[in-house]
Amino acid sequence: MTLLPARKPQGQEVKLGLVIDLDTCVGCHACAVNCKEWNTGGHSAPLPDNNPYGTDPNGVWFNRIHTFEAGQGTDSRTVHFPRSCLHCEDAACVTVCPTGASYKREADGIVLVNEDACIGCKLCSWACPYGAREYDTDAGVMKKCTLCIDRIYNENIPEDERVPACVSTCPASARHFGDLGDPESAVSQLVAERGGYELMPEMGYKPVNRYLPPRAAKKNQGPSGVGAALSRIATEDAPGAAAGSGKFLRWVDRVLSR
Amino acid sequence: MPGDFLDPQERIDLSPIIGDETKTTTCYMCACRCGIKVHLREGEIRYIEGNKDHPINKGVLCGKGSAGIMQHYSPARLTKPLRRVGERGSGEFEEIEWEEALTIVADRMKKIRADDPKKLAFFTGRDQSQALTGWWASQFGTPNHAAHGGFCSVNMAAAGLYSIGGSFWEFGEPDWELTEYFMMFGVAEDHDSNPIKMGLSTLKARGAKFVSVNPVKTGYSAIADEWIGVRPGSDGAFVLALIHELLHADKIDLDYLVRYTNAPWLVIKDPGADDDGLFARGADGEPLCWDQNTGQIADARLAGVAPAVVGEYTLDDGRTAVLSFLLMADRYMDMNYGPEAAALKSGVAANHIRRIAAELAEAAFEKEIVLDVEWTDWAGRKQDKMIGRPVAMHAMRGISAHSNGFHTCRAIHLLQMLLGTIDVPGGFRYKPPFPRPCPPPQKPAGRPDQVNANTPLPGPPLGFPTGPEDLLVDADGTPQRIDKAFSWEAPISAHGMMHMVITNAWKGDPYPIDTLFMFMANMAWNSSMNTSGVMDMLTDRNEETGEYKIPFIVYSDAFWSETVPYCDIILPDTTYLERWDAVSMLDRPICSADGPADAIRQPVVEPDRDVRPFQTVLIDLGARIGLPGLTNEDGSPKYPGGYSDYLVNHERMPGIGTLAGWRGENGDSHGTGAVNPNQLDRYIENGCFWSHEFPENQRYFKHANRDYLEYAASMGWIGSSDQIVLQVYSEPMQRFRLAARGHGDITPPDEHKARVEAYFDPLPTWYRPFESQDGGEDKYPFFAITQRPMAMYHSWGSQNAWLRQIHTSNRLYMNRFQAELEGIEDDDWVWVISHHSRIKVQVRLMEGVERNTVWTWNAIGKRSGAWNLDPDSPEAKKGFLLNHVISELLPPKESGFRYSNSDPVTGQAAWYDLRVRIEKAEAEEEITLPQFDAQPSTNNASVGQRILRYGARFKPKRPAKNPAKGDNS
Repeated sequence: MTLLPARKPQGQEVKLGLVIDLDTCVGCHACAVNCKEWNTGGHSAPLPDNNPYGTDPNGVWFNRIHTFEAGQGTDSRTVHFPRSCLHCEDAACVTVCPTGASYKREADGIVLVNEDACIGCKLCSWACPYGAREYDTDAGVMKKCTLCIDRIYNENIPEDERVPACVSTCPASARHFGDLGDPESAVSQLVAERGGYELMPEMGYKPVNRYLPPRAAKKNQGPSGVGAALSRIATEDAPGAAAGSGKFLRWVDRVLSR
Repeated sequence: MPGDFLDPQERIDLSPIIGDETKTTTCYMCACRCGIKVHLREGEIRYIEGNKDHPINKGVLCGKGSAGIMQHYSPARLTKPLRRVGERGSGEFEEIEWEEALTIVADRMKKIRADDPKKLAFFTGRDQSQALTGWWASQFGTPNHAAHGGFCSVNMAAAGLYSIGGSFWEFGEPDWELTEYFMMFGVAEDHDSNPIKMGLSTLKARGAKFVSVNPVKTGYSAIADEWIGVRPGSDGAFVLALIHELLHADKIDLDYLVRYTNAPWLVIKDPGADDDGLFARGADGEPLCWDQNTGQIADARLAGVAPAVVGEYTLDDGRTAVLSFLLMADRYMDMNYGPEAAALKSGVAANHIRRIAAELAEAAFEKEIVLDVEWTDWAGRKQDKMIGRPVAMHAMRGISAHSNGFHTCRAIHLLQMLLGTIDVPGGFRYKPPFPRPCPPPQKPAGRPDQVNANTPLPGPPLGFPTGPEDLLVDADGTPQRIDKAFSWEAPISAHGMMHMVITNAWKGDPYPIDTLFMFMANMAWNSSMNTSGVMDMLTDRNEETGEYKIPFIVYSDAFWSETVPYCDIILPDTTYLERWDAVSMLDRPICSADGPADAIRQPVVEPDRDVRPFQTVLIDLGARIGLPGLTNEDGSPKYPGGYSDYLVNHERMPGIGTLAGWRGENGDSHGTGAVNPNQLDRYIENGCFWSHEFPENQRYFKHANRDYLEYAASMGWIGSSDQIVLQVYSEPMQRFRLAARGHGDITPPDEHKARVEAYFDPLPTWYRPFESQDGGEDKYPFFAITQRPMAMYHSWGSQNAWLRQIHTSNRLYMNRFQAELEGIEDDDWVWVISHHSRIKVQVRLMEGVERNTVWTWNAIGKRSGAWNLDPDSPEAKKGFLLNHVISELLPPKESGFRYSNSDPVTGQAAWYDLRVRIEKAEAEEEITLPQFDAQPSTNNASVGQRILRYGARFKPKRPAKNPAKGDNS
């Protein structure tokens, strides 16, 4: 119902997005909270909180961290998984929108909601397979990650800080921002180097954001891996040595200086 | 594209202004102390972000720091001084004026000081102004002062300072840039938290290995290359087995040990003598070694000697002495310290321990780092290289909060010494002002002869005893402090024992006090063991007089915490954005290993309530009481401008004040120098911090690096530029042990002798945590511990509308496999039963937890109604504290005597010793137990607040084609 912008030839399209490193994300929620802090006074302000001091506090967050375990027993992995809008190339949340409120920017690929045109029908949140949309029950409109559109081009912010709030605040450098449409960009290089992947490619929405898998764990580092052990020096008592002193003989003749 | 950008669908202001003003200050959403930039719009906070230039966080900010707005505008803030009018605990107060509150408190304190100053107990919580509060206490003349260090960190501080003259926590750091192998033990998220996250990221990008030793796989452990799910309290056994392996393979750095530690010092071997086990010393007290060059005994401090490390030698007096290295090696090479023995204790398989030892050896000795940096050693010898062994360790609460934590922490430092990795490239690095002598020379003041009416103490109330003569006990061995710190029950309690203050004051043991004065310590809730019992003690009355057993309680807090209702006068504090503060070199600075730094907080917004910053109030009270350091000769206040006046003008010693930067009349002197009246302006101009970078030749080997040591001495951090010799063998331990054997004039009372003898071991040892002894582990098969969530700091987070959405309640986490054996399923309700009490909680099963361990998030559970939350909030009804089942006292001995639940060396509160059994609870009402009467709210509006629209007024105005829809302001 709402059209996506006309596609440009490969390599000419700007696709701004995030690259999220699951190797170093410790699940601290810095990105989620800083995002909320920036955006509650930003383009989509406010990000309201229902029952903030009550029995069921719940609010609008553009970025949420899910923590879960994968696998069983001691080999299980604790995963911290930050989730936000992936700014899909074929964004179902856009095409499903009956009013044109949900749209994808031609200039940079950012998916936004025009609150003035949003009727709060929630079709987009049903369509999004990633659960990335946040309904503001107070204003009756859908809201979502703007990729901090009011930061990344903001001339009131020093040039090198014009990145989304989640990226600038991440203490573990687990979040990167850039043009994934440009194969030469730092983020594209990172994705290539680290085997970055897209979420649920089988759905066909072509998300722009990428996740970097954990690096291979150095589980059994060392000369001989599993079962490695240091060789023990024999401790037989040397002839003439006091009984039991053999284990110290290795150190007797060591010439040491202070 | 500048300015408004026209998209077909909507007009977007791409360059909205952030604020009309930006101020820098220091975060206080946890103890990490990051630099922040606060953007204000028309006086309201628009955005808080990390300060890029700041040495701690370099621009990043965690989830807590990012939620500062919600803390600052919290409806739980106190608004005016309060006087209790109802019963203690009822929460019934009347508002009073500051003048009245301060007069009441000052008059009472003045009387105490004229009568018996120790009847004032002044204990502070998580503040970072101990340089002021400790000094204030000694000006008052009471020995009864400490902050909360005895709760959380003293094992790490004491073990570190007595072993290497520095410590873990935020006082040292791994060499993130160079280490190849990093082992982390039991680290929480509230100190150095952003530097650790930044460091782990750096280290992993470099391909170094990260091993996390922790019973629970959350947070940092989740990204470790290897997780070692050790049993709580057994880390020491694990570490000593690593040492066993390294010694047997001779994979140790003997050169490092000989140059930098007391391994080659001679120890007197004369069983029964009163100096058995002490260092053999020469005529001037110098330690001795056996010089292989001359075949004679020599001054161990000399540069030219070639010390032996093994063997027994005859001293000039004909007695035998043995090398401390030999004592150490002999002990840990024994099979009792081998991997098989350790596996039984720790649950870490023996072959696993062997492999880790091999990996440590490989990293240390096969991956040696050589920096082409010239430096000069302590003896003035030029060295053309810095040689490093890239193994680093870091440890925190998981080691600290056990009754064996002192020795476990010493074991970790010993392992680092043996590998030669302390303050070398790739190793553990000191942050200035450390290293300091092992231990630092300050002794605690407060012996009976030092406590006198209207008289300051001759020194600080906290310090580092090195023998029985430094204890604060009377001739009978009776403790002199209300918390019994520095007594035979915990001789090296260098941070005090705050967890015992209320229990002892309630009992009047060793004596009754008059006034308990506290700051920022939630003692009626998550900062106490036996929380329910503490509430009873705070409200208990003397049957004869009808008086409360703790007669008067004065408390300063910024928020409506669980503790406020139990106090008589409340002095409301400001938020961290409304105050001056110092993060001082005299206290807990923000230094990095590459140089010193300190910082301030400046008020970025004015309080909109009738509140005052606690430190200013303390200075005011001091002047009203007439404390000499806080009054002029004519009796007028010395610092009428409050804390900022004090920060600039107070000098601890000539030229040394709270802040090190921009001293001297013109502000051109750093470290030391005259008072600079414009000092705070200079800090503000620089982003509210000062930092200095060491030249390259001072960055490593600080304990033995002449240029560093001379600089440190010139800054007043250490008394002399002598080499700081690391202590493999700890002589102060042996001094206490000798006293327990009856030697010397000051010996422990009989009932304490065996215990002092057992635990004052000059070499690191391992024993079962106390609750696991005497059959405890059979009756209570599970260890129960807490972890600190990254997005919450203690109890503060629950009033925060954003953070409480992340952790609204807590569960008891159990190992899935073990739970299935016990017939427990996910979501079941269970009783958690300790020797002391029981709680009812709901279970969540998980994989990443050691099988015999259950755990929960710390301080999520709240008392109903506290922090102005809805009384039925999940924090109160589904959340819980483990504190209720942790006793502050150990089970009684045969004599009936009960020791505190503490490390026997340092008095560290042994929170993590807790053992429990788990029983399924009957299906009843699904709420946690115990529950308490709801604390009344001070602000009914917030409880019912339906919606919070913070930031709506900052929304950029859009030149919309259609009028804005709805009213979302």
